Amino acid sequence: MKKIINNPDDVINESLAGVAAAHADLVRVEYDPAIIVRVDAPVQGKVGIVSGGGSGHEPMHGGFVGMGMLDAACPGDVFTSPTPDQMEAATKAVDGGAGVLHIVKNYTGDVMNFEMAAELAQAEGTNVEAVVIDDDVAVQDSLYTAGRRGVGATVLAEKICGAAAERGDDLKTVADLCRKVNANSRSMGMALTSCTVPAAGEPTFQIGEDEMEIGIGIHGEPGRERMKVKSAKEIVGMMSEAIVSDLPFNSGDSVIAMVNGMGGTPLIELYLVYNELNEFLKEKGITIARNLVGNYITSLEMAGCSITLLKADDELLELWDAPVLTPALRWGE
Amino acid sequence: MAVSRDNLVAWIEALQQVYNENKEYLTKLDAAIGDADHGINMNRGFTAVKTELESNPPDNIASVLKSVAMTLIKKVGGASGPLYGTFFLRASTAVTGKEELDAAAVVSMFETGFSGIIQRGKAEVGDKTMVDAWTPALAAMNEALDSDASLKEVLEKGAAAAEQGMKDTIPLQAKKGRASYLGERSKGHQDPGATSTCLMLQKAAELWS
Ligand SMILES: Nc1ncnc2c1ncn2[C@@H]1O[C@H](COP(=O)(O)OP(=O)(O)OP(=O)(O)O)[C@@H](O)[C@H]1O
Ligand SMILES: [Mg+2]
Repeated sequence: MKKIINNPDDVINESLAGVAAAHADLVRVEYDPAIIVRVDAPVQGKVGIVSGGGSGHEPMHGGFVGMGMLDAACPGDVFTSPTPDQMEAATKAVDGGAGVLHIVKNYTGDVMNFEMAAELAQAEGTNVEAVVIDDDVAVQDSLYTAGRRGVGATVLAEKICGAAAERGDDLKTVADLCRKVNANSRSMGMALTSCTVPAAGEPTFQIGEDEMEIGIGIHGEPGRERMKVKSAKEIVGMMSEAIVSDLPFNSGDSVIAMVNGMGGTPLIELYLVYNELNEFLKEKGITIARNLVGNYITSLEMAGCSITLLKADDELLELWDAPVLTPALRWGE
Repeated sequence: MAVSRDNLVAWIEALQQVYNENKEYLTKLDAAIGDADHGINMNRGFTAVKTELESNPPDNIASVLKSVAMTLIKKVGGASGPLYGTFFLRASTAVTGKEELDAAAVVSMFETGFSGIIQRGKAEVGDKTMVDAWTPALAAMNEALDSDASLKEVLEKGAAAAEQGMKDTIPLQAKKGRASYLGERSKGHQDPGATSTCLMLQKAAELWS
């Protein structure tokens, strides 16, 4: 294992300390239990938005804490769900009297831990709603699986729900919007290399120099198929076809498109992917109304990318354009 | 024998060593069909449990189990944190006020704990989870109880059945948890959670005899 760290056991805390030092104007960090909280939380009268998940996906979620997005994030160990005491502390810290929305990615661990946290917070009188994100088309959503995984749509949902909460929408409205974003989003990822969890010390999986994994998850979980590496055009074609045919997205649709890096792929390649995606969608009569290109939901140092499309209407675009000020996403005003 | 508060603590503390020694093994199993963290999660959890029991020793059986539960819930995360946490929390409700556990009380403690795993995870037999180790183990323990076996025999039967259940997860296709994402590709691998459950029961059989 080759990483710029001091000690595998200290990675999370030392990285959190860096976040606290770099972004003291936007967030504060608490360590026991570990949470990243918007500096002016709780905002009175505003719905609080909490998300969280395993670490190793930075900037998600901690990098999205701030005005117009999350009120708090709960970082778990690398690739491991955070625990209910973190989520309960985060919920309490952001409860401005209008209730709290939990945005949960669909992984068994995350769902069960957030469920326990919601029970604890509700027992103490905080109104909590939870929305589970499950946008990954690589996994069949059937009775025989734990359902589709939550991936890129989480970033879009956090931005859009954050804007809705900021303008004063109530808990039910914000939660309904979150469900709407999830219902209209689909994603798919691919990997060229594996990643190494610091505490494990070895790559999560083996992959040949000339191979790629299509449909990879954000924790190095295998996807749909292992195959020889293909051209960017073919790769984007395979992923986009799976996404577009799943919802389905139709000619005339307008979308928010995210081309996301898994952590080890340079921007030069991500923009190349965006170009292919743009061509592919044009061909289908689908317009990209807004886009995001960069590393937003990563998998440590894995090389690879994912594509997320959200079918957008005027309401979603207005919320997308609303100002946001967080360590990793900021625009407007 | 009957299980005292000290016997219970000895088992839990021994589990810290078990999961420490099997950290790589459980993590390897999880790497094949999950996300390579089950051994790390269990080791972290039981290390914290041991520290907590040493610094704040609870004085009776139920409160030992409750302390274990709260620490696991706080420290483990993943799927196994809430599952084993709920297990110990429920188990504690089955032994409230008891100073010693005979064979029937031990089985009732495991059985009540297991009902928490089912309620939290909603898995069924054959889904390739820890439920596939617990279910045959409890059946074997109850059968042994019915024929008036000693605690030692009851636990040995239970541990043997758990081991069989663990091995029987190998050909199964996972229907719950992370492994289910693999579909057919989850076949041919032993479930890590069923393995950690088996280790837990084997240690009880070894110590409580
Ligand atoms: N719904 C369920 N019911 C019972 N057991 C389950 C369920 N889902 C998963 N498990 C068990 O949990 C084990 C995996 O535990 P682990 O500690 O690796 O958590 P995880 O699934 O990786 O969590 P996370 O995804 O948050 O990292 C599986 O081997 C399986 O036995
Ligand atoms: Mg795991």
